[in-house]
Amino acid sequence: MSTALTVRDSATMLRRNLLHIRRYPSLSIMLVAQPIVFLLLFVYVFGGTMGAGLPGREGGGDRTDYLVYIAPGILVMTVASVALGTAISTATDMTTGIIARFRTMDIARVSVLTGHVLGAVIKTGCAVVIVTAFVFLLGFRSDAGPLDWLGAIALLMLIAFSLTWLTVGMGLAADSVETASNTPLFLMILPFISSAFVPTEAMPAGLRWFAENQPFTPMIDTLRALVSGAPPGSDLWLAIGWCVLISLLGYLWSRRLFLRVPAK
Amino acid sequence: MTATNPAIEVAGLTKSYGDQTVLDGVNLTVPAGTVYALLGPNGAGKTTIVNIISTLLTPDNGEIRVAGFDVRREPAGVRAAIGVTGQFSAIDELLTGRENLRLMADLAHMNRATATTTVTAMLERFDLVGAADRRAQTYSGGMKRRLDLAMTLIARPRLIFLDEPTAGLDPRSRRDLWAIVREQVAEGVTVLLTTQYLDEADQVADRIGVLDGGRLVAEGTAAELKRRVPGGHVSVQFTDAAALAAAVTAHPGATPDAEALTLQVPSDGSIAGLRRVLDGLDDDGVAALTVESADLDDVFLALTGHASDAPASQTPASEEVPA
Repeated sequence: MSTALTVRDSATMLRRNLLHIRRYPSLSIMLVAQPIVFLLLFVYVFGGTMGAGLPGREGGGDRTDYLVYIAPGILVMTVASVALGTAISTATDMTTGIIARFRTMDIARVSVLTGHVLGAVIKTGCAVVIVTAFVFLLGFRSDAGPLDWLGAIALLMLIAFSLTWLTVGMGLAADSVETASNTPLFLMILPFISSAFVPTEAMPAGLRWFAENQPFTPMIDTLRALVSGAPPGSDLWLAIGWCVLISLLGYLWSRRLFLRVPAK
Repeated sequence: MTATNPAIEVAGLTKSYGDQTVLDGVNLTVPAGTVYALLGPNGAGKTTIVNIISTLLTPDNGEIRVAGFDVRREPAGVRAAIGVTGQFSAIDELLTGRENLRLMADLAHMNRATATTTVTAMLERFDLVGAADRRAQTYSGGMKRRLDLAMTLIARPRLIFLDEPTAGLDPRSRRDLWAIVREQVAEGVTVLLTTQYLDEADQVADRIGVLDGGRLVAEGTAAELKRRVPGGHVSVQFTDAAALAAAVTAHPGATPDAEALTLQVPSDGSIAGLRRVLDGLDDDGVAALTVESADLDDVFLALTGHASDAPASQTPASEEVPA
């Protein structure tokens, strides 16, 4: 199968997935609503107290300072939330008869998966725009220039790409749609044990070590630096490294699961 | 593939899951441009054969060539030649009929203009114009089948495999489907289909293979099979139990049903045979009489020694003697 035909089949499958997103919008709406609810909860319920506890500010910060602090984490959670939906939609798709038809056709088989991934990345882009608009609506302001924002967008898309390959694999590995909606839940929990909502220095030793070394922390720290116009430093390379690693493992895992002959 | 090469060649095909043998040495050959029907009850291995020749499953053993390509070593060649309509509808229910066909045209790498005209032509040919822009989810069973088949045929495959294509269809949709199969054959396409009904195989197939417990127990034209199966019978309805009892004495080989007051007398369908049945009956006691030709149950009984609905475990495959 030539590369040109693989690209062509992937584009065809992407069109199919975009039609699915349009025909079944309730899942997408729920996935975007999730991080927005967290945002409102953290800013308006916890924000006053949490802002006062932020280090490095004279007499503590206020609600808006806390909003600025958690905005990058909320954006990464948005990406994770959409990725979670991809596990569900992939598992659902695998239960339909048309997948068996695709397997009997002379097409680039992996295009079935790249269609899901590209569709999910586009969906994530839309979700990130909506959540960013909310963040600004609540009073987020930054000194970041256009180049910083471009970097932030590129990083978010890279995170989306890597998490999506991982969740496509989870969707394929799941024996039912119910399983597929449960296994990726850790992606929503992990950001809480990172630098997303509180500085890691505030955590007890063991937890702090975990929080500082898990992939979400360098991703969120890099994003925080970019959207505030500061240099991201070595976190940038750590974040990119994690994304590349997760993408690669997710891709190889998904490919292996999909290409294997069905058990029955 | 040249005209002299068979479209499908299967030799020594075996497949098992754990210690459960599904296919136990199947041999079959389908010449190009003909229709072959695999006839057998549920669990006989029909779908497994279709899945293997359509590259969905790998066989344990056997030489299997489709359109001249080896299914294990050259699956892409096989896939490029075949179109498959499985037992379960293989359409995208969230897409409209038109979008489903367009998806297939795009995956067949047609250019934009050809794709558009072909999709329109298929919608017309399969009587789906009115529903073209509705989601396939809302289609009736017959419409889903037609769309499914249109998606299989849009790329003009040289071979088509149809797994129980008429299951769940009403008689009219069934006849429509047979007409489509005949049209394909007229265009030189090779067809392999599976069915549970002898009359369906009779209607469309050039050759029929009878599959039982993972083995091909008989093969031939419909007429050849029927000759080997003296399975026809006369079904007689009586007015009362006494008349039934009298008839049972006259026909010791017949099967009575005391509840329904009927008697099934074996008969080969000939005039002489029918006369022999009638001679043993008293016309006052008979309410109705029907002549039944051989059906799948008769074929099975004659060829395998057990009824088609008997669980395979009662008669292990190794003890079965091909007729």
